[in-house]
Amino acid sequence: MAKTDSLQGSLDLLVLKILSRRPRLHGYAIMAAIAATSGEVLRAEEGSLYPALYRMEEAGWIRAEWIKKDTGRRARVYELTAAGKKQLGAEESRWQAVSLAINRVLREA
Amino acid sequence: MSLWSRISNAVRGERLNREIDEELQSHIDEAIASGRDPGEARRTFGSMLRQREAAHSIRAVGWLESVLADVRFGWRQLWRNKVASAAAVLSLALGIGSCVAAFRLIDALLWRPLPISGASKLYVLSRKMTGLYGKPAEDSYWATPDFNVMRDAVKDQADLIAISDADRTDITWSTDDDIEKAHVAYVSGNMFPLFGLEPSLGRLLTPADDSGPGQYPYAVLSWDYWNHRFGRDPHVLGRSLHIGDQTFEIIGVGPHDFTGTEKGTVTDVFLPLSMNGYAAQDNATWHRVFLMLRPGAALEPLRQHLTTVNHAFEAQCSTCFSGETQASIDRYLDQKLVFYPAGAGISDLQKDYRRYLGMLGLLVALVLLIACVNVANMMTAQAASRSQEMALRISIGAGRRRLVQLILCQSALLALMASVLGALFAAWSAPFVLSLINPPDNPARLDLPADWRVLGFGFALIVVVVLLLGLLPALRASAVRPVAALKGGEDPHAPRRLMRGAIALQVAFCSLVLFLSSLFVASFERLENRPLGFSTDRLLLLETVAGKGQLPVVWNQTAEALRAVPGIDSVAISRWPLLGRIAINSDISINGAPPGPTPAFFLSVSPGWLSTMKIPLVSGRDFRAADAAPGAAIVNETFVRTFFPGQDPIGRTFERPANRYLRADGHGQYKIVGVTPDVPYRELREPNRAVFYVPFAEIDYISAPETVDWATFTIHTEAKDPVVLANSLRQLIAQRHNGLRVSNITTQLDLVRDQTIRERLIAMLAAFFGAVALLLAGIGLYAVLNYSVLQRGREIGIRMAIGSTRAGIVRLVTFDVFLMIALGGCAGVALGFGAARTVESLFYQVKATDADMLALPACAILLTALVATLPAVFRALRTDPTEILRAE
Repeated sequence: MAKTDSLQGSLDLLVLKILSRRPRLHGYAIMAAIAATSGEVLRAEEGSLYPALYRMEEAGWIRAEWIKKDTGRRARVYELTAAGKKQLGAEESRWQAVSLAINRVLREA
Repeated sequence: MSLWSRISNAVRGERLNREIDEELQSHIDEAIASGRDPGEARRTFGSMLRQREAAHSIRAVGWLESVLADVRFGWRQLWRNKVASAAAVLSLALGIGSCVAAFRLIDALLWRPLPISGASKLYVLSRKMTGLYGKPAEDSYWATPDFNVMRDAVKDQADLIAISDADRTDITWSTDDDIEKAHVAYVSGNMFPLFGLEPSLGRLLTPADDSGPGQYPYAVLSWDYWNHRFGRDPHVLGRSLHIGDQTFEIIGVGPHDFTGTEKGTVTDVFLPLSMNGYAAQDNATWHRVFLMLRPGAALEPLRQHLTTVNHAFEAQCSTCFSGETQASIDRYLDQKLVFYPAGAGISDLQKDYRRYLGMLGLLVALVLLIACVNVANMMTAQAASRSQEMALRISIGAGRRRLVQLILCQSALLALMASVLGALFAAWSAPFVLSLINPPDNPARLDLPADWRVLGFGFALIVVVVLLLGLLPALRASAVRPVAALKGGEDPHAPRRLMRGAIALQVAFCSLVLFLSSLFVASFERLENRPLGFSTDRLLLLETVAGKGQLPVVWNQTAEALRAVPGIDSVAISRWPLLGRIAINSDISINGAPPGPTPAFFLSVSPGWLSTMKIPLVSGRDFRAADAAPGAAIVNETFVRTFFPGQDPIGRTFERPANRYLRADGHGQYKIVGVTPDVPYRELREPNRAVFYVPFAEIDYISAPETVDWATFTIHTEAKDPVVLANSLRQLIAQRHNGLRVSNITTQLDLVRDQTIRERLIAMLAAFFGAVALLLAGIGLYAVLNYSVLQRGREIGIRMAIGSTRAGIVRLVTFDVFLMIALGGCAGVALGFGAARTVESLFYQVKATDADMLALPACAILLTALVATLPAVFRALRTDPTEILRAE
């Protein structure tokens, strides 16, 4: 089972991708979405998810907003900014290049 | 945006923490709601606190947050010691404010460049030579014909500009108006274009307006004069301005900020150089010459070239040296031209006040240093009492940097509060001191803007103050060794040693300030109390002009009319008043011999002038109505000593070689009819000069009376305040319609007072700063001793318990401090000698080595030290050994 550490470099990419498809998710929902869409293979730990969210917020890729939930509690939901969309594109193509390269190495070795 | 959000998050740190907590909590709730085990859901976050810290550090600027925390903590520390903090802020504010005010004055007068283009390439010409009387002299005034040949000689490498001083001149705006005063400067036509100035209205003078003597009667007003005299009325163009018998047409108004090149005086009216009668005379040196260097030209070859040109001009000047011996002419012609940078303007005010302002700057800097030492001491004491807290902070992991930051924050807080108050003080005090610089009827005027220069200086000052205040205590505090401090006593003497050193420093500064102050105050007092030899009581002076001149009989009739006014004791006439800063000298020759090396000064006075001035006669008689000049003369005792040593001067004769009317038959000779004691002639400070008085009525070589175009009525009134009569007398003179008009009203007392303005100002400021320095040093001493007694309570208690005498305790507490005072005092006086030597010429009949000049500061400091130590000594003596020992 792939645990968080293997996600290190790609957590940002996953979060940005999830948010680009489904805007206005809170932290738990993002974590759940990563787990669900990866077929429970990838799992973002709480301990790294929130620092990553804050870092991306300060970098201006995502923005956050407090909303009132049905339960009466407040939740902080995130969505992509224009800068975030550009960043997503860059990260995706970088990921493609890297995985292509890794695959080539695996094939030829 | 993101940096901004991190800064704002730093400012609202608590709220940020709550938000982070809330978000994490809502995450846990979600997890539980979706069926996770509550315990496990919580555990996934690990330590909630660590999560929050990690999140916090991402979302807020860490260092800013710590600075804010330190500022809050510093504020609480200051607030806890309200009285001490308030005293610290006030003394710092006074120090900072005084420094900024002194900087504003010095900068505005001496350093700030003129608002013209090419100020850095502007120089003023001066010449060094041996004067006609054998002394080294420097002259920065030039004759216009000389200027013209020099200008043409160097016109490829530099532009020469002639500008006269802006003299306070009588002007009228229509012939019926009253006379007004305005500062009028004559300038060469190339000044405005070369300075790159643009008119606010109309046009400015051009070289064409200055191309022929008396042909272009045009005037340009300064913006300042246009503003305050005409309320910026555009219809001022074309109006007529009368000066003497000349009429000028206003053609324009100068740019907003240009007030002439004479710092301290605002020029009101600019006239073409060639409109002044002196411009055609070879021997009238009456204006300055500026040089604007062209790009690529070098100064030294220019200087040599101009020296040659000037020498040639002077050598062929036929009217310059009438009656001089060839030797003294040759000596005079050996002139050396010098250039001085003039980008900041040139004025007598700069020359007069340069060293006074330097001294003022030194005094305020010392006062600021004393205040800084005081506050640093206070902070050292506080830091020492917090050494356990510091030790605790270090042992739980605070970095040294963080501790230094903590204390620097506190000192910055003090300095900032002080600088706000100080800015207010400077805003008030700089114009106030400026207003005291010149006589009230002709105040010095300087632009004192609070621009980037002043702000930059203020900011640099604050940084220096913060470092002075905080660095030492900060380094000390951060050097605390936790183990020793927590055990309750690592070298308890260390902070005290530091503070004792500070006391020595403070006393040194303080005695330096007091020493200089006492020199300035004593100078002023001696000058003020100098015996005058004439009375200043109830003497009104009406400076009167008479257009092209009136015969002495007209002046005498007017004097007679004034005598008839009730309330007037006596009226006499002199050409100019004593101490009116006018002096005219003349060579004296005895029995046709060549003139000696010493000139004599003269003054024309009417009969009765001596008695009106209460100047007694040593021998001989006063002038009579029939006496005329040349003819009779009254001389002072120095004149007798100089020209007739050991002889009875009455009845002897002398001549003035420059006198045009001298005839072989003795007409034109002066015969001495009386002798008076010496009285100050032009300045209070100068040594007694040989002076001779001649009759007011002058005659030419056929004994026909000559006209007089200006003179001063000297009026002794019955009323205590002579000025109350002034306006009615002015009207009375005007109503006689004989051409005489009063141009200026003053009193002899004011003229004497005007002589001591500089000395009064520096004495007043020095006394003020001396008192402040003494007060601050006293407070500092008190604080240090008090702290030391508190710290050594245990030691004192033990000493008392084992039988130390009260005298022993007093000695223990005060010995070190008085040693420091003695050390500091000696150092201060030694510095004082050095400082006093550089400004010796500012003192009057006072020497730095005078015993009373040393005694005064020494006594003041000792007395202050006694008063300041008494409370601490009493506290020490009241120590109850049993209580102290029980408490420990």
